[in-house]
Amino acid sequence: MVTVLENSAGLRQRAWDAAASVVDPEIPVLTIADLGVLRDVTVDGDHVEVAITPTYSGCPAMNMIALEIEVALERAGFQHPKVRTVLSPAWTTDWMSEEGREKLRAYGIAPPQASNSRRALFGEQAVACPQCGSDKTELLSEFGSTSCKALWRCKTCREPFDYFKCH
Amino acid sequence: MAVSNIEVSETPLVLYALRRADDALILGHRLSEWCGHAPMLEEDMALSNIALDLIGQARELYSYAAKAEGKNNDEDTLAYLRDVRQYRNLLLVEQPNGDFAQTLVRQLFYSAFADPYWRAMMTSRDATLAAIAAKSEKESAYHLRHASEWIIRLGDGTDESHQRAQAAIDHLWAFTGEMFAVDEGERALIHAGIAVDPGTLRGRWLATLSHVVGEATLTLPQNDWMQQGGRAGRHSEHLGHLLSELQSMQRTFPGLTW
Repeated sequence: MVTVLENSAGLRQRAWDAAASVVDPEIPVLTIADLGVLRDVTVDGDHVEVAITPTYSGCPAMNMIALEIEVALERAGFQHPKVRTVLSPAWTTDWMSEEGREKLRAYGIAPPQASNSRRALFGEQAVACPQCGSDKTELLSEFGSTSCKALWRCKTCREPFDYFKCH
Repeated sequence: MAVSNIEVSETPLVLYALRRADDALILGHRLSEWCGHAPMLEEDMALSNIALDLIGQARELYSYAAKAEGKNNDEDTLAYLRDVRQYRNLLLVEQPNGDFAQTLVRQLFYSAFADPYWRAMMTSRDATLAAIAAKSEKESAYHLRHASEWIIRLGDGTDESHQRAQAAIDHLWAFTGEMFAVDEGERALIHAGIAVDPGTLRGRWLATLSHVVGEATLTLPQNDWMQQGGRAGRHSEHLGHLLSELQSMQRTFPGLTW
C-alpha cells in the first residue's frame, strides 16, 4: 500500500473545504463561508481548529453551526476538531460574498446593503424586491423571522419578503 | 433541597462586567415576558428579537466576568445562582413592563444610553470588553431606532396613547440618574482606560431623548431627584419576583441541563 503524505497546505485546504461546506441552519442556501462566519482554519499535526465569529450576540444558530463543523471535519477524517469563537473584529454583513448575495436573492431574500446606512436614527433606505426587482417597497417591521432579517413588502408585485439587514 | 447561592469575588473588573451583564439579562428577561402578548405579531417578534440580542450580550459579559474572577463560576451560575442582593443591575431595567408605553419608554431610556456607551467601550484597553462592545453597539443602534419610532407614534398618536406615554416618562424618569453614577472601583477602571465614564455621555443621551420626545409632542420632567441602589444590590421589590421565575428550573432541579 502506498501512503501519500499530504502536505500541510493541502491538509489545511481539505479542512477548510469541509468546514466551508456547513450551511446556515436558518438559511440553508448560504454556507458559513458565504456569510463570512468562517474566519480561519489551522492545522497543527493532528489538531485542527476552526475559528468562527458570531453574527448577532443572541443568534441561536451559532451552537448548531459549531456542532455541524465538528461533524463535517470528523467526516473528512479529522479527529477531535475544535471550534473557537472569535469576537474581534466584529462580524459585519459587508463580509458576505458576492456569490452569497446572489444566492440570497435567488432564494427570495433581499441581500444586505452596505453597513454605513445602519446608523440613521430614522432610516430611509430603498431595498429592491428580490421577486420582481422593483424598488417600490416598504418596511413592515425591522424584525423578521430571525434576528438577521427584517420584514418588507413590495408595492409593485404585492409580495412580502425578508430583507437580510445590514449589521 | 435548597440550592445555595454562589459567592462572587467582586474585584472592580468583575463587578464592572457583572453590572453590564445584569442590565442586559434583566432587561432581556423583561422583554421576553411580552412574547406571545405583544399588540401585534410584528411587535411580538421585535421585542423577542431584542430580548435575544440582550441575552446574547449578557452571556458574553458573564463569561468574561467569570474568567476575570478566575474561580469556578461560569455564565450559568452567575445568572441562576445569585440572589436579589447579589444582582447589580440598574433599577430601571427591572421595572415591570406595565403597559406597552411603559415598556417602550424604559426601552428608549436604556437604549439611548447603551448605544453611545457601547460605542465608547469599543476603545477600551481591555480587548475582550472592546470586542463585546463592538458587537453590542450594532444591536443597540436599531434597538434605539425601534424605541424612538414607537415613542413618536405613541406620543403623537391618540389622546390615550399620548397620555400613557407621558405617564410612563414621568414614572420612569427617577430611575435614569443611576446610569450615570460611578463608584470608586469603577472610577479607577475609567482612569485605567478600561471602563467608560458614563458622565461624558449624559449630554448625548439627553440630546437623543429631547429630539425623540420633542417629535413625539411629549415632555421630559424637570425634577432631578433620582432613585439609586441597584448597582449596590438594593433593589425594588420587582426583581425578586423576576428572579424567582428566571431561576426556578435551576433552583428546583440543581445542575439541570438541556
